[in-house]
Amino acid sequence: MAVYKRKYSQYDGPLTPLWSRFLVLPRYALKNVFKSRLVLVFFVACYIPAIVAGSVIYIRHNEVFMQLVQATLADFVAIDGDFFLLWFMGPQVVLTFILTAFVGPGLVAPDLANGALPLYFCRPFSRAEYVLGKASVLIILISALTWIPGLLLMIMHAGYTNWGWLIDNFNLVVAMVASSFLWIAVLSLLSLAVSAWVRWRMLAGAMMFVIFFVLSGFGNSINEMLDTRWGMVIDLARLVTTVMNYLFTGAVERNSIPIWSAFVSLAFLAGICLMLLNRRIRAHEVVR
Amino acid sequence: MEPIIQLENLDFSYASRPVLKGLNGSLSGRAIGLLGPNGAGKTTLLRVLMGFHPPSGGTARIFGQDIRTHAKANRQDIGYMPESDSFIADMPAIRFVRMMAQLSGMPSGIALEKAHEALYYVGLGEARYRSVGEYSTGMKQLAKLAQALVHGPRLLILDEPTNGLDPPARARMIALIQEIRDSGKINIILSSHLLKDVEECCEEALILKDGKLVVYCNLEEERKANKKFLEMEPRGGEMANFVSDIQSMGVVCVRDKRRIKMVLPEQVEIRDLYKLASRRNVQIRRLDYKRDSLQDIFLKAMEQGGDDGRLQA
Repeated sequence: MAVYKRKYSQYDGPLTPLWSRFLVLPRYALKNVFKSRLVLVFFVACYIPAIVAGSVIYIRHNEVFMQLVQATLADFVAIDGDFFLLWFMGPQVVLTFILTAFVGPGLVAPDLANGALPLYFCRPFSRAEYVLGKASVLIILISALTWIPGLLLMIMHAGYTNWGWLIDNFNLVVAMVASSFLWIAVLSLLSLAVSAWVRWRMLAGAMMFVIFFVLSGFGNSINEMLDTRWGMVIDLARLVTTVMNYLFTGAVERNSIPIWSAFVSLAFLAGICLMLLNRRIRAHEVVR
Repeated sequence: MEPIIQLENLDFSYASRPVLKGLNGSLSGRAIGLLGPNGAGKTTLLRVLMGFHPPSGGTARIFGQDIRTHAKANRQDIGYMPESDSFIADMPAIRFVRMMAQLSGMPSGIALEKAHEALYYVGLGEARYRSVGEYSTGMKQLAKLAQALVHGPRLLILDEPTNGLDPPARARMIALIQEIRDSGKINIILSSHLLKDVEECCEEALILKDGKLVVYCNLEEERKANKKFLEMEPRGGEMANFVSDIQSMGVVCVRDKRRIKMVLPEQVEIRDLYKLASRRNVQIRRLDYKRDSLQDIFLKAMEQGGDDGRLQA
């Protein structure tokens, strides 16, 4: 029947499985995200470190080039944990943080500002599914910029070494995936919680920068004034790099806090974010 | 008729403040108006029924399914139009309604088709590609109705659907609700503090006061039950004597220029009035039962109160 024929008809056809409905949210949200050319251009630019790292791996294994510049393998950068951490993950952490500061707050804040939550929750759709659906947007975007290209770089390098490198350095594969998911979890929870709390997209984006940079400065000040290193527990950027460093190199930097305390601090942050989301993401606010 | 909603000693409290107090009853009307003064618990009752807030005590069943244990299954059968502004900005209406259909479980292609249908049905067909954020208040209300209808619910819950609408937009909304009601495919619960909305759209009314259910009645039957209130239009004859004869029979009556309003006691029949009129040469041009308006029913309910939270049908 043509849609212009004004009528109402009930639907008794097949339904999609309940577990898959949260995927509706990222499908619509990603379309919205890439409507902005600025975000699209920035997202593409985020692949530059991966391209550079890939080029280094290619050049290192290109005998013609090595002969041309009369360099030996020893002169060239070693492809190890430090390489993936410094040449790839380091820049990606910064770039994905900026991307999240642009994209993350636009996921939840507008729904809260426009009172849209009852429309989601009056359907067979739970709060957990809502948060998972919104976080999926960041999971997909950040995955596409971290562990997926990271693993491709490792496979590329392994391909040049007859795959032996991959088996010998399997811990780096684990480090790549684990550190990426740690970063994804930190960014997703923080940006969703902040945007749910302030409900204003622009302010939420600014708050992301404030939380990272101001807390970092504050942590450093504590360290300087009290001649301690425990100020790092509120320095989010430092906590994440400490854990990543540990995962890639198996060691903790000198003057850093113990690795367990970094994990505990991050778990505490995750707990606060989940608590904020639990308070804010409701069909209706309870006014006591 | 199978009950749509069964209330079984339903309680709800915010912190320690009771909002719904032991509601009991079985609601089975096609279009039920939920009435009550501000703060009576109308919206809270709807939210509890949809599972937004867990009941503090008792329970309720929607189409036989417990709201405590089958909240998700119940929500599949419900279309909800919230009271407040609720929309997703920066999204054309067609995408908004389609997304809501998909969240209700419709496959993508069918959801698009149904979104077109629903938007045409509510009268937003020509504006369906415009962003909902740019809509007027009336159009936003219609978009909210479209998203409530799109997945083909069995029960449509409308919370103050005419809020903020100008008279023509209100008339359109009321006509639409009446059309949905008359289609017979959907049961409607309309919560409003506007008696006129309920009077025009609903067959039954449920009145809440201070979190208690004071009246649940069929409006038409309630009106018919009040047959002893009469309104007469007499002409000519010995009018003054006629009126005094009526009063002498124990009839309470009030006379204005053209009409006499009266309340008949049990022992007086209408034919007695005709006999008196004939004796005094008075013509009775019109004699009507005065139908209770919803306002009368509502005011009576507010005066009666109701202490046990049970329905008075």
